[in-house]
Amino acid sequence: MRLKKWAIVALSIVTAVSLAACSSDKGTATDAKGVGFKEKIEKRGKFIAGVKFDSNLFGFKDPADQTVKGFEVDLMKEFTKRTFGDVNMLELKEVTSKTREKMLTSGEIDVIAATMTITPKRKETADFSRVYFLAGQALLVKKGSPIKDVKDLNGKQVGTAKGAVSGKNLKAINKDAVVKEYSNYAEAFQALRSGIIDAVTTDDGILAGMAKQDPNYEVIGNRFSKEPYGVAVDKKNKDLLEAMNKFLDATMQDGTYNQLYKKWFGQDAPKDLPKDAVLELQPGVEG
Amino acid sequence: MNWDFGFIQEYRTEFIDGFFLTLKVSMAALILSLIIGTIIAIFRISSNKALRAFGTSYVEFFRNTPLMVQVFFFYFGLASIGYKLTEFWIGALALSIYTAAFIAEIIRAGIQTVPHGQTEAARASGLSFLQTMFYVVLPQAFKLVIPPMCNQFINLVKNSSILSVIAAQDILYVGEQAIAEYDPFSVEIFVAALYLIITIPLSQGVNLLERRWAKQGTR
Amino acid sequence: MDFSKLLEGNTWGILMKGLWVTLEVAVIAIILSFIIGIVLGILRYSKLPVLSQLATLYIEIVRNIPLLVVIFFAFNTLLDKLDSLVMIVIFGMTVFTSALIAEIVRSGLNSVPIGQIEAARAQGMSYIQTLIHIILPQALKRMIPPLVGQFVTLIKDTSLAAAITLPELLHEAKLIYSNPSYVNATIPILLLVAVIYFVVNYSLSLLSRQLEKKLAG
Repeated sequence: MRLKKWAIVALSIVTAVSLAACSSDKGTATDAKGVGFKEKIEKRGKFIAGVKFDSNLFGFKDPADQTVKGFEVDLMKEFTKRTFGDVNMLELKEVTSKTREKMLTSGEIDVIAATMTITPKRKETADFSRVYFLAGQALLVKKGSPIKDVKDLNGKQVGTAKGAVSGKNLKAINKDAVVKEYSNYAEAFQALRSGIIDAVTTDDGILAGMAKQDPNYEVIGNRFSKEPYGVAVDKKNKDLLEAMNKFLDATMQDGTYNQLYKKWFGQDAPKDLPKDAVLELQPGVEG
Repeated sequence: MNWDFGFIQEYRTEFIDGFFLTLKVSMAALILSLIIGTIIAIFRISSNKALRAFGTSYVEFFRNTPLMVQVFFFYFGLASIGYKLTEFWIGALALSIYTAAFIAEIIRAGIQTVPHGQTEAARASGLSFLQTMFYVVLPQAFKLVIPPMCNQFINLVKNSSILSVIAAQDILYVGEQAIAEYDPFSVEIFVAALYLIITIPLSQGVNLLERRWAKQGTR
Repeated sequence: MDFSKLLEGNTWGILMKGLWVTLEVAVIAIILSFIIGIVLGILRYSKLPVLSQLATLYIEIVRNIPLLVVIFFAFNTLLDKLDSLVMIVIFGMTVFTSALIAEIVRSGLNSVPIGQIEAARAQGMSYIQTLIHIILPQALKRMIPPLVGQFVTLIKDTSLAAAITLPELLHEAKLIYSNPSYVNATIPILLLVAVIYFVVNYSLSLLSRQLEKKLAG
């Protein structure tokens, strides 16, 4: 007879699962109308930021103390401190170029601060804060490699990450390059170090982080794109976007931004950071 | 739900190439794993203690560790000691080393169902161990092992999707590229359908064989 | 290659945390898969009209798709409905594994000799009674070894979820060797991870063999 009970339990689970799959939202849409994000997050007790866990300088997990560190992590810490008064309210979740948009739109995370280039296409799915970092796409190669520029990539294998724009950009500039997309940049770099591919391409900031890991590698050539990074916020949370913009402006004025920039990149932050920009492929590199 | 199959047009050639890469890598791995698996199976039942120990360790180690870990290990490991293989061959190698552990067990089970008397008779009539294996035991064993072997091939095709993580441009890899720009649900359905085109005929074939042989058995 | 890194910092602690996530996901998924798999297997075996066909369709489609595709499918289409990455992975693995367990159940049921069933029916037992008192007890016994095998497979397959950043064993290992000072330890770390999986899974296989012997005896 016990089996009958089992069957009932199992059937109810099947029903529950299918019902859960059918009912369409977790109620976030209705929340957003009445209650502001601040109350919502204070009620939840956590502000959840999606950051990279594998990108040196921007967001990486340090095995020594198991914490996540980096420029973007520090920015999010500062935001949490200033907005909610308690840095411990910040929860960091890992995202990759492949997973970040889905994590945001599904409500898994509140913001993305993960080397995310603002593009017109991405603006359709999420709102972006003001630009907080300006990168340019470049190449990372082994020192002494015959590859000096994008032109030299004909038939060469170039690694990048899934979900990133870098592969498409490169193809647009040199269609004879062979693009290989990995789960994340760390794996692409690993493949370069193993000699499987000839170069890694993505934003210079990320590449600089890799070159710092291993002095046998260097960032070369002209930057062939302009990649402005913004903090992505779900379109439902306009007030959060506003708060993020205010915060970024304030830190840029009071010197906190420059201090963090210097801490991670060893130089002063650029003074002419645009407020609003989108990805631009640099013309003229082609020739 | 908004179906959007526009991606098929844009990624048509990539999907065709991906489909054939999945097929080719599975075929290559099948042949390699049959060879390795047969050798390991013979080791497993050989009278030599060292060979037997090797065979057992091989089977136990490879089938108890994830294929994903093995793929990464071969991918970074081979390159770091100077062997440069393409993703295709690293994939085929990792897949066949993994699958061989399962195939060896299938073959061993097949061999052990051949009555001992037959082996003894063959040996008594002057055949060597290897001759006995090749002329008496293996032909019978192979027949018994065909259905589980087909299942292993289905597994191989499915497992080959792991190669998309080392940037081998198989069905799943192309699907992931398309997902970045198109409706995920439509893309995933299409990707699943491409795998089903390969696996469903195989699994239906196995079902048919099993049913037919089951009937013969009860007669 | 740098083996000394394995002893440095918190490598071991991080990997053990990852292993914990792996086991958690695998245990929950195997329990759910077992429950759903039994229902599906009995339905397919039952020859009840429509339900039997539906079960067959589900089983045949799901077990012929790669698990990685199922996981990506769940991630890309269900993340806003299920609550977390862990749930997504458990969901994907349960959908996939329940189809495989259904087949284990069916072949377990099929292994009960027809003579026994006919005898039970002849004595006036109903179909359900025969199923519960005669067929299932014998079938369940035969199903234990393949079920343990399926559990081992699940533990291994959890590593696929590294592709969507579930913090399981392989993913945590990858994060370690993505770090500046650990890049030379990639191969040693992967080896260590393989050994950890092996120890867990091999112990389970041994346990299953013991069970098998006990049940046979």
